[in-house]
Amino acid sequence: MADLRVNIGGLEFKNPVTTASGTFGNGEEFDDFFDLNLLGGMFVKGMTLEPREGNDYPRMAETASGMLNAVGLQNKGVDYFIENIYPRIKHFNTHIIPNINGSTVEDYIEVAEKLNEIETIPAIELNISCPNVKAGGMLFGTSCPSAIAVTKAVRDVYHKVLIVKLSPNVTDITEIAKGVEGAGADSVSLINTLLGMAVDAEKRKPLLSTVTGGLSGPAVKPVALRMVWQVYNSVKIPVFGIGGIMNATDAIEFMLAGASAIQVGTANFIDPQVSVKIIDGIMDYLKRHNFDSVTELTGAMKV
Amino acid sequence: MAKIVADHEVVEVRYPVNDSFIISFRSPVDIPQILPGNFAEIQIENTTGVFLRRPFSILDVDYDSRIISFFIKIIGKGTKRLGEAQRGDKVSLMYPLGNSFTMPVPEKKVLIVGGGSGIAPFVMLGRNLKKNGNKVTFLIGGKSKKDVLISALFSEFGEVFTTTEDGSAGERGFVTDHSLIKTGSPPFDKIYSCGPEAMMKAVGKIAKQNNIDCEVSLENMMACGFGACLCCVTETIDGNKRVCKEGPVFNINYLKWRI
Repeated sequence: MADLRVNIGGLEFKNPVTTASGTFGNGEEFDDFFDLNLLGGMFVKGMTLEPREGNDYPRMAETASGMLNAVGLQNKGVDYFIENIYPRIKHFNTHIIPNINGSTVEDYIEVAEKLNEIETIPAIELNISCPNVKAGGMLFGTSCPSAIAVTKAVRDVYHKVLIVKLSPNVTDITEIAKGVEGAGADSVSLINTLLGMAVDAEKRKPLLSTVTGGLSGPAVKPVALRMVWQVYNSVKIPVFGIGGIMNATDAIEFMLAGASAIQVGTANFIDPQVSVKIIDGIMDYLKRHNFDSVTELTGAMKV
Repeated sequence: MAKIVADHEVVEVRYPVNDSFIISFRSPVDIPQILPGNFAEIQIENTTGVFLRRPFSILDVDYDSRIISFFIKIIGKGTKRLGEAQRGDKVSLMYPLGNSFTMPVPEKKVLIVGGGSGIAPFVMLGRNLKKNGNKVTFLIGGKSKKDVLISALFSEFGEVFTTTEDGSAGERGFVTDHSLIKTGSPPFDKIYSCGPEAMMKAVGKIAKQNNIDCEVSLENMMACGFGACLCCVTETIDGNKRVCKEGPVFNINYLKWRI
């Protein structure tokens, strides 16, 4: 049987299939549908220092082969996560990785410091790419100096695996990736959603309360693959591939383009069991192609 | 609560009215307990422009023969496609999702008000209320006679009244124009409502004015249907709550409706 284990910044994942923040709740919502212990890891819902109510309804619009969302980081704050949510999910035998957000660098630092204290949380994902908040979020991730500054600041206080989630809404994603690598990131995950919008022609109104929102689903996959390939060729740290992964073949494509592991996002909404099917499908692929380890797939695209 | 995500076989599609159909499926496994107000997410494959599952209230369930059915109004590509399904087709269903209507004490007299495809949960709700010992009255509204034909489904559970905007059946006007609730103090202890939001707000307003406890079932747009995406939220006195998880049934006093 092929070896599914992957290593990200010194942290071993039992397999490369993880779930993307914002599409997996806090994991509990999926406990009704499959055994979460099978996952390589789960990136839980984005959290901030203070509780947030998120944006007004409507927050979602279906688009061709995808969807736009404008949730806006609705969450009860990092303290609530640590005190109430984490104790309910920590028994799952998979890496639980919080996704952290802030309006200011100080916010990010404080959230990271609090999570650094939780012994059994082995990693965090620094979200500098949320397109749906007024302050912070994507603003940090679309300029190289600010991406570097926030990564450095968090690196100083966070002593475990630091994954930085990148925005695709930039001219050259490799510059940002190289910048955060230099600032101490152990890994990068990409892509977050592409900024988009949808219009109701009959009502002559936007379909989202925020007018613009983040596009996800198969519609973004070619863009995501291209960016994973570019980043893989520009940095030495491992890459989490994200963007429209609906099945094992999609996941394998991301690995061939350079991802060491992947995050399943929007597909979770349509088939909550899809991650398990992806793990099985990768296993089957490795067997058919006589690979001993899933790590052999990373960057194995023959150009 | 155990949940199912599985391919179901289409058993029957029939059209009691032109633009709405009843579709029933056979589950490959035993159907878990379904409560009135629960819904399912149905996947509609191979239809351009339909990406996400579609949420539908559960009309009825037969546990012995593992049949689950839905009353669906055609409003877009997804519902149109589903209405064209053939006996034997395989369709992926995910359920039971959401909360349910609460049961009052047996002495309470209840009114169930709805219109359009919003009437779907009323079969199970009416049956459970009757079994619970409540006196149940239904008030079903529509544009014209064909829209309220479906109200025949409820006659075994209680008295049924109708309104139509063109006056072709029952009293003329909206449900809130009906003599049962328009004037005086409506003789009910509890009102349940499901249908267009404007209708539910109008019903909610009458309930509030008369101090009648009132539950409504919302149908905000959802991406997942089981609490993961936070897209379908509604404003409540406790902040934004997920219609798919904390709802779809809410007491109107919990919602921040300006009525």
